[in-house]
Amino acid sequence: MKKLLSGNEAFALGAYHAGVMVATAYPGTPSTEILESIAEFDEVYAEWSTNEKVAMEVGLGAALAGVRALVSMKQVGLNVASDPFMAASITGIDGGLVVIVADDPGVFSTQNEQDTRHYARLAKVPMLEPSDSQEAHDLMSVAFDMSEKFDTPVLVRSSTRISHSKSIVDTKQSRAKKLKPAAFKHDVEKYVMLPVHVRLRRPVVEERLVRLTAFSDTFPGNQIIKGAKKLGIISSGVAYQHARVAFPKASFLKLGMTYPLPQKLIRDFASQVDKLMVIEELDPFLEENIRAMGINVIGKEFIPRIGELNPGIVAEAGYRAGLLPEPDRPKATMPSGLPGRPPVLCSGCPHAGIFFVLNTIGQRSKLLDARGKSAEQGKLIITGDIGCYTLATYPPLRAMDTTACMGAGIGQALGMEKAGVDAKVVAVIGDSTFLHSGITGVVDAVYDKSGITIIILDNGTTAMTGQQDHPGTGVSVKGETTNRVVLEELVKGIGVADVKVVNAFDIKAIRAAVRTSLDNPQLSVIIVRGPCSVRAKKGAGQRTVDVDKCDDCDICLRIGCPAIQKLGEKVYIDATLCAGDACTVCQQLCPRKAIGPVSAGGSK
Amino acid sequence: MKKHDLIMVGVGGQGIVLASDILSDVAMAAGYDVKKTDTLGMAQRGGSVASHVRIADRVWSPLMKEGDVDILVAFEKLEAARWSYFLNPKGVAIVNNQTTPPLSVSLGITKYPPDKEIEAILKRTANKYHLIDGTRQAKELGDIRALNMLMLGCVSVLLPIDVKIWQDYMARRLPSKILNLNMVAFDKGREEMSRAGVR
Repeated sequence: MKKLLSGNEAFALGAYHAGVMVATAYPGTPSTEILESIAEFDEVYAEWSTNEKVAMEVGLGAALAGVRALVSMKQVGLNVASDPFMAASITGIDGGLVVIVADDPGVFSTQNEQDTRHYARLAKVPMLEPSDSQEAHDLMSVAFDMSEKFDTPVLVRSSTRISHSKSIVDTKQSRAKKLKPAAFKHDVEKYVMLPVHVRLRRPVVEERLVRLTAFSDTFPGNQIIKGAKKLGIISSGVAYQHARVAFPKASFLKLGMTYPLPQKLIRDFASQVDKLMVIEELDPFLEENIRAMGINVIGKEFIPRIGELNPGIVAEAGYRAGLLPEPDRPKATMPSGLPGRPPVLCSGCPHAGIFFVLNTIGQRSKLLDARGKSAEQGKLIITGDIGCYTLATYPPLRAMDTTACMGAGIGQALGMEKAGVDAKVVAVIGDSTFLHSGITGVVDAVYDKSGITIIILDNGTTAMTGQQDHPGTGVSVKGETTNRVVLEELVKGIGVADVKVVNAFDIKAIRAAVRTSLDNPQLSVIIVRGPCSVRAKKGAGQRTVDVDKCDDCDICLRIGCPAIQKLGEKVYIDATLCAGDACTVCQQLCPRKAIGPVSAGGSK
Repeated sequence: MKKHDLIMVGVGGQGIVLASDILSDVAMAAGYDVKKTDTLGMAQRGGSVASHVRIADRVWSPLMKEGDVDILVAFEKLEAARWSYFLNPKGVAIVNNQTTPPLSVSLGITKYPPDKEIEAILKRTANKYHLIDGTRQAKELGDIRALNMLMLGCVSVLLPIDVKIWQDYMARRLPSKILNLNMVAFDKGREEMSRAGVR
């Protein structure tokens, strides 16, 4: 049967067909839907793990018990999971362990643009790369077979464009009826990595890499597509698809396995063509490895190493390299001077109120206008974290000074305090991010006598990646009720004495809580609780502005709510966007009492 | 067979991703090869969204380059102006007559381009463009969420896919509660196009 599937859905279906028994992940764009899709199969145990490290450890444990396990994450997730991942490489596995890592070239939703292929070389494990959804599906069986045959975890590299593009998949394969039951084979020399055992395993890993290199030459996903002799292109992943469009006449060596490289196949291909070009996204990984074989190629002197590729960029590289005739039409460009439309916090977002307070309470309101055009900076230092709330960096909220990686804000705040800044330091972190990697920061703050204020934004979901549950919601990825980790009990248990919980839509209560916490020289935690507006059912009571009462102070615009708009002179509220009674933050802030429910009068 | 490259653009939350999913499924049901992909920012709503849909005998890259696009479907006017440079010289733009000011406009940092400027850009980039009163009509039908089906009704007039395939798809995939609303919205879109002189 043919289905139109995203790369992520195809990975999940392929893994299911391959007999995967355990699947783990922490949400991260663009990898999230892999676990969401696989969770729909009753035969597979699936979980949102606390973070990627735990996901990798659970996957490794399942593989050691002899069953097939799938772990998926975004590229920076592998940084978090790198410790158990490196361990899995040296011990090997028993049942298959496949790790899908989704890169984000073009940085649509990540704090960096790292290229996961380097991890394959670092860990000395094989790397596979699909170029569309059909290959994403088919590579799963291949990856699990390889993992078991070579006793190694297998990395599969996806990207935003592979994971989030839909293409047609022929799903004729099916899952085996009977699968091997879990059974752990005791083997301390293989699984207990005492130095003496590591020394035994090291040659095994090196010898495995030699066998994998030979295997790569016979790997069916590495194939030569014969075209004109003049130009040969080596490519992989979605870059291959762009290259097929830009260079319709060239010969291709398409690589489905990009580490270790098929050396004999590459030499054969190089001997068949006059000129060799490598087209790859991000770093010159293939290019450098092929050059190291003593083969002359062109590549990154024409193909950008920054950002996502597309057929236009690849074609332009062809013009610059003199490999394609210049186009007869000049290149069209985006008209200049149009206002941009960057992502914003949604209407009814529970983060808007707390950031409005942080923006105004630290004297930022006096120092910074809505455009943020001021030479002076606010007195509060706000260390931020990863989530929708990172958008509070933009005007008009402008209430975030740092964002590094998951959970970093608490440690950064502690470091600034210990360095001796005069300003009060506030760390802001979301509920899911806090459970992912904020807890250890709080332990440090308690232990090392910190006086910072930590604000946990508890919207009851992992919002930015698309509403996934986490240990704080008490619901599993399968939608079943499970044990709930209660944030206030957790931080009290760690030893924080000053813990407050406030309603995210009550501005007075938020301001009071922030004031008393900032005045407290001891460590304090404020949990700001209110449901994510995307998840909440749209209620009644949409707000409107009474133009007779409104005196154009524009304070309501400083919330940054997309429902509150101004075109020309007057502020108005788009009722199709307004969250209504569930929010009312603008009404609470309006000094003229000009904002009220539509039904209670007021003009349109 | 002729290829059909479409780009659907607008503001996050307008239902563009869903609309392009539906179009892709319908094109597959009609026997074409299809690839579709969305370019999104990190937020759930409010940012600029562009969805690429490629329909042909064989599709390679899911992304298009400037000058590839045959049909631009814009759910919002500023986004129409922003993305119309992707059109090829024979390209057609279907533009919903909807103004959603970005935050920077509401804050007075930037200015929303006047209609004249948007139309000048469309005249320069599109062979033809059609301004559709989609938002108003969807509201009249009782649900703003009917906008995406209305816009797809407009698109259907320009594609060689039998109307029956669209109707079958809706009957098969939409919950009965909203089926009628969407069927009506789809027909409204087709009417809008015939009013604009396109058949």
